[in-house]
Amino acid sequence: MSLAALKPKADHSVTKGQAQVIALKPATSSARRQKLVRMARTFAANVLPPLICAGVIFLIWQIAFGRPGATLPSPLTVWREAQDLIVDPFFRNGPQDIGLGWRTLTSLQRVGIGFGFAAIVGILVGAVIGQSIWAMRGLDPIFQILRTVPPLAWLPISLAAFRDSQPSAIFVIFITSIWPILINTAVGVRNIPQDYRNVAEVLRLNHFEFFWKIMLPSAAPYIFTGLRIGIGLAWLAIVAAEMLTGGVGIGFFIWDAWNSSRLPDIVVALFYIGIVGFVLDRIVGAIGSLVSRGTSAS
Amino acid sequence: MAAYLKLDHISKTFRRGSSETEVLRDINLVINEGEIVSMIGHSGCGKSTLLNLIAGLIPVTTGAVLLEDREVNAPGPERAVVFQNHSLLPWLTVYDNVALAVDKVFGSSKSRSERRQWILHNLDLVQMAHAKDKRPSEISGGMKQRVGIARALAIEPKILLLDEPFGALDALTRAHLQDSVMQIHATLKNTMIMITHDVDEAVLLSDRIVMMTNGPSATIGDVLSVNLARPRKRLELVADPDYIAAREAVLKFLYERHRFVEAA
Repeated sequence: MSLAALKPKADHSVTKGQAQVIALKPATSSARRQKLVRMARTFAANVLPPLICAGVIFLIWQIAFGRPGATLPSPLTVWREAQDLIVDPFFRNGPQDIGLGWRTLTSLQRVGIGFGFAAIVGILVGAVIGQSIWAMRGLDPIFQILRTVPPLAWLPISLAAFRDSQPSAIFVIFITSIWPILINTAVGVRNIPQDYRNVAEVLRLNHFEFFWKIMLPSAAPYIFTGLRIGIGLAWLAIVAAEMLTGGVGIGFFIWDAWNSSRLPDIVVALFYIGIVGFVLDRIVGAIGSLVSRGTSAS
Repeated sequence: MAAYLKLDHISKTFRRGSSETEVLRDINLVINEGEIVSMIGHSGCGKSTLLNLIAGLIPVTTGAVLLEDREVNAPGPERAVVFQNHSLLPWLTVYDNVALAVDKVFGSSKSRSERRQWILHNLDLVQMAHAKDKRPSEISGGMKQRVGIARALAIEPKILLLDEPFGALDALTRAHLQDSVMQIHATLKNTMIMITHDVDEAVLLSDRIVMMTNGPSATIGDVLSVNLARPRKRLELVADPDYIAAREAVLKFLYERHRFVEAA
């Protein structure tokens, strides 16, 4: 019974197999086309929904603030009045009349310095703290309190200490973004499996080798989580800090635009800030998943 | 033969707060060069603790571990450990995992190309040279354990400590690896201490079997010499009267004289 049922089935599969062999040649070009279609489809599935949603939001915005006498500019007003800012990010018409690209770069430079210091100090101090149970017990509560202090609350203190706006802004970035980096690194180091420590001990790796070859790769997922939160906070803080310290950055631009009632310019600046923040977050995230792909795969 | 490794009146007590647990008491054992000694006993009898003491990963409470008449109290590459769960670093390739050990131990005594040759030679020894560029997550459990053995062998330890090396593997893979270990021992004549749960594994591989009593305060209950000629062939041994006798002795020790009460 079962044999009889098996036989025609087996025959069927053989003929099917032969048919495929014959059909292979034309299949290559159509397979390529299929692949292209599939890629286009995934692209559309990922890009179209946000585009449509953005369109709907712009439409609602236009309807809500399009009538004369509205308190805020509508998208079309922004386009009309701030076209120069949108179209060319890198123009230079004078010392204070420069494109938003330049201003963003100035802000990014400050963030780069402050965040760079925060990353180096945060990872090193976090590694030391994570290694020592007593340092962890003693310092963790203090860090947990300090980390909740809002960025701007540090500004008066740093202005008093540095007596200059540029280092003060950088210090605010540093002190804002260091806590998540430090705390996450410490937790990551705490969580290094005992096995890896045993391997290091049997091989008699010294502190430097242990830090470089075991600690950093093993804690990389934690460290990059901290870096990602840190860069987000740094970007939040820079705008607020620049509003108060002045200078060339994108934060000061918003404050300046507000003082001279150029609301459309502010809207454009908000888009710049949002997009740059998004890109920063993605860059750190991408580096993180690249660096820690081995660790998380285990 | 002179004593190569000597465990001299070792005891180990763990303290947690005010409570103390004596895990091992008065362990005395002499291991000769080139010997394979396995330690067998019920779970919780302190086998792994004893291995960690020999490795130097934890300090002894009293007594001493003497290697060639010198006391050892810290971990070092002359006592390489093959860990139960392989402990390969997942972010390094198979080659780099072995290279980490080789570069550290032979970084000053061998040239770059000599080290490369040496790493490949050791991977060859465990038949893993073909997977040298793979990461641990891409190879099977048995292969990982092979790489772990290669890493331990590559630093030319005086003693190879194996902590239930094949415990997490299926029976067929385990048999393969046991054969590999016997082959390696036949070529290198290295000294090995192995912890195991498996009576057959102990009898097949070892020159002597150290049987541990139940904890707490476990100690060596009996030492059985396995006088089977090498090379040993698993199939021929099945009917060998010496093999059967040795197996029976271990089983009797474990299930008659020192039955694990809590397991019942």
